[in-house]
Amino acid sequence: MIAELGQFLLVLAFGVAVLQGTVPLVAAMRRHAGGMALAGSAAVLQFLLVAGAFACLVHAYVTSDFSVANVYHNSHSLKPMLYKITGVWGNHEGSLVLWALMLTLFGAAVALFGGALPASFRARALAVQGLIGSGFLAFMLFTSNPFARLDPAPLEGQGLNPLLQDPGLAFHPPFLYLGYVGVSIAFSFAVAALLEGRVEPSWARWVRPWTLAAWSSLTVGITGGSWWAYYELGWGGFWFWDPVENASLMPWLATTALLHSAIVVEKRDTLKSWTILLAILAFSLSLLGTFLVRSGVLTSVHAFANDPARGLFVLCFLAAVSGGALTLFAWRAPRLAPGGLFAPVSREAGLVLNNLLLATLTATVLLGTLYPLGLDAVTGDKISVGPPFFNATVLPLAGILVLALGIGPLLPWKRGDLAGVLARLKFVAVAAALALLVGLWLAGTGPLLSLIAFAAALFMAGGVLSELAQRARLGSLGPAAAWARLRALPRGAWGMTFAHLGLAVTIVGIAAATGFGEERLLQMKPGDRVSLAGYQLTLEGTSRVAGPNYVADRARFLVPGLPAMEPELRRYDAPPMETNEAAIANRPLGDLYVVVGAAAGGTVAVRAYWKPLALWIWGGGLMMALGGLISLSDRRLRIGAPLRRAALPPATVQS
Amino acid sequence: MTPRKKRRLWLVGAGFACVAGATALILTFLGDQLVFFLSPSQMLTAPPGPQQAIRVGGLVETGSVYKDADGLTLHFKVTDLKASVPVTFRGLPPTLFREGQGVVAEGRRQPDGTVLATNVLAKHDETYMPREVVEALKASGRWQEGAAMPDARPMTGSTP
Repeated sequence: MIAELGQFLLVLAFGVAVLQGTVPLVAAMRRHAGGMALAGSAAVLQFLLVAGAFACLVHAYVTSDFSVANVYHNSHSLKPMLYKITGVWGNHEGSLVLWALMLTLFGAAVALFGGALPASFRARALAVQGLIGSGFLAFMLFTSNPFARLDPAPLEGQGLNPLLQDPGLAFHPPFLYLGYVGVSIAFSFAVAALLEGRVEPSWARWVRPWTLAAWSSLTVGITGGSWWAYYELGWGGFWFWDPVENASLMPWLATTALLHSAIVVEKRDTLKSWTILLAILAFSLSLLGTFLVRSGVLTSVHAFANDPARGLFVLCFLAAVSGGALTLFAWRAPRLAPGGLFAPVSREAGLVLNNLLLATLTATVLLGTLYPLGLDAVTGDKISVGPPFFNATVLPLAGILVLALGIGPLLPWKRGDLAGVLARLKFVAVAAALALLVGLWLAGTGPLLSLIAFAAALFMAGGVLSELAQRARLGSLGPAAAWARLRALPRGAWGMTFAHLGLAVTIVGIAAATGFGEERLLQMKPGDRVSLAGYQLTLEGTSRVAGPNYVADRARFLVPGLPAMEPELRRYDAPPMETNEAAIANRPLGDLYVVVGAAAGGTVAVRAYWKPLALWIWGGGLMMALGGLISLSDRRLRIGAPLRRAALPPATVQS
Repeated sequence: MTPRKKRRLWLVGAGFACVAGATALILTFLGDQLVFFLSPSQMLTAPPGPQQAIRVGGLVETGSVYKDADGLTLHFKVTDLKASVPVTFRGLPPTLFREGQGVVAEGRRQPDGTVLATNVLAKHDETYMPREVVEALKASGRWQEGAAMPDARPMTGSTP
C-alpha cells in the first residue's frame, strides 16, 4: 500500500513538473503575472511530492518489504538499520529518487528564497528546472520504477553489496548528487538569462551562491569517495582514474571554472557569454556523468545498471538538454552586450587563464574517458586508458595552473604589473626554489615529480599568504593594525584563501603519498616481524570472528606505541562475497595501512603500506569545501542581497 | 587595431596555445599509454610485443591455480574456453578471485608466452562478469545469453 502511494506521488510529481516546465515559460513570454507565479508553487509542490515518494521508499527498506522488487534485490532483513537506510540509494532506482529529491529541493529553495529575483527571470529559471525534473521523473517512471512489486513476495532479500555497507556510502553519494544537481541551478539561470536576452553583474551575484553550494558539495562528495576507496577497497590507492571518478571530476573542473568566471562577470561585467557557456557545459557534464554511470557502457564498481534502454534514455535526455541549451546559446549569445576591457596582464586575464586551463583539463579528461568508447564503436578494438595517460596529460596542465594560482590573486583588476607582482613574490619563489634544491640534495634520484609538486605547492601557498598580507597591509601598518584589517576582510576573501590553501595541502598530500610511500608484501606466521618506515609490525596471530552479517579472518598486529592493528578478510552471506577490511593507523606523519589475504595453516599473506601525509589529501579537499562555505556566508551573497538590488529599477542595476 | 579587437586577439591566442599544448600532450601520450584488451585466443593468434601493456580477460581455468612456496606468487591460466594463457602474479589476489570466475589480468607478455601481471582484477560482485570477458566468451562461441556461468574446465587440446 505504501509502495503504491509512493508510485502515485511520483506520477503526480511528474505531472506537476510538466506544468512547471511549460506554463511559466509561456506566461513569462506574455508577461502574465499569475502564470509566472505558478512556477514557485509548482516547485515547492513538486519537492513535497518527491520527498513523500522518497519517504515511502525508505519505509519499504526499513520494514524490509521484499514484495518491492528494489528492496528484494538490494536489502536483507539481517542488515544493520543504518545500511538498510543507506541502501536506499545504493542502487540504480533508489539513487534516481535521491537525484530527483535533490533536484526538487534546489528548485523549491529557489522558489522560496528567490522571491527577490525579477518575476520573469524566476519563472523562466524554475520552468527550466521543471523541464529537467520532468525528464528525470519520466526516466524513473518509464525505465526504472523504484516501486515495482514482486508476486509472490520473496521471504528474504538478496542483500546489499558489502562494499557499499559502509559509513562512507552514507554520505558520499548524497553530497555528490547535491553537487551534480546544484549545478542545474546555474544551468537554469543561464538558460533563463539567454531567454531574457541579457546578462548583468546582478545575474552573476544570483548564480554565485548556488554554484558555490553545489561546488562545495561536489568537493565533499569527491573527497569522501576518494577516502572511501582508500580505506574500503584495500588497494592503498585514493584515485584510480576510473571512468566514474572522471565523471565526477569533469563537472567539478567545469564548476570551478564557472565560479571564477562568474567573479569577472560580477565585478567587471565582462566574459558574459563564456560564463553562460560554462554553466551549460558544467551541467551537461553532470548529465554525461550520470549517463556514463547508469548506462553500463563502462565497467565500474559504480555501474549498477546494465540496461541499454536506460542508457539510451539518458543519452537522448542529454542530447535534448545540452543540445537545446547550446542552440539557444548560439542564437542569443551574440546579442549579449560586450563588457569592459582589460589588459593582457590583469586580474581578469589571470581568471581567463584559470578558465582556459581548467577547460583544457576538462577536455583532456573527457577525451581520455570517452576515447575507449569511440574506438570500440569505430574499430572494435577494446582498450582502456589508464593512469599513465591521465598523469602525463593532467599533471603538466595542473602544474601551470598551480603556479598561476600563486600569482593571479595578487594582480589588480583591469591592468596589472607582472614585474611588480613577481618582485613581491621573489622571497616566496626563492624559498620554493631552495626547497626544491634541498629536496633534490636529500632525496638524490628520488621522486622528482613529487619534489617539483612540493615546491609548486609551497610557491602557491606563499603567493596566497602574500596576497592576504598585502590586503592586511602587514608591511606598512604593523601587526596590530594588520590583524584588525584581517578581521574586517570580507568572508569571500577568507573563503578564497582557505580554498586555495586547501588545494596546496591536497597537492602536498598526493605528492608525499605517491612519491615517498613504502610497501611490503610478504607471507607471515605468528611471531614474524616486518619493519616499515621505522615501525615494527609483529603478527600476534589470526582468529575467526563473527560480525552481524559476516564472518571474518582477523589478523592481529602489535606495533610498539600504537594500538593493535586488526585487518580482516570478511565473508558475507548475502550476497556471498569476500571483502578486505584494511587496518589503518593515522600518525602525524602518515598512515600505516595493512591488508591481509586468507589465512591458511597459520600463515597469512600481508600487504603493508606506509602512506606519508595521506590525510592531507582529504584534509585539503575538506578545506576547499570549507572555503566555499565561508564564501557562501559572505554578506554580499546573503539571501537579502539580491532582494535589495532587485528592488531597484533595472537601469540602476549596474554597480 | 581597436582595444576590443586587441583583447580578442589575446584571448584567441591564449585559447589556441592551450588547445595546442593539450593536443601535443594527448597525441604524445595517448599512443603508447593505451592498454589493449585481448582474449586468450587473440593472444595466441596475434601475440602483442613485450612493451605493449595489455589486459587479458576470461575465466580462471579450473585446476590451474597454484602458488609458489613463498605463498605470494600466484600462477593461473586465463581461458576463453578455446585457448588459455598462463599468468604469473605476485601479490594479494582480489577477494573474488577463484577458479571458474571472470578475471582480467593486466600486465605484459613475456618472451615465454606467459603474462606477468601487475594487477589482477576480479569484479566486486558474485554474478558480475567483466563486459570484455563476456564479449571474449561470446567471440569464442561459448557464451549463452542468460545461461549460468560456463564451465571453465580445460578441454583436451585447448591448452597450448
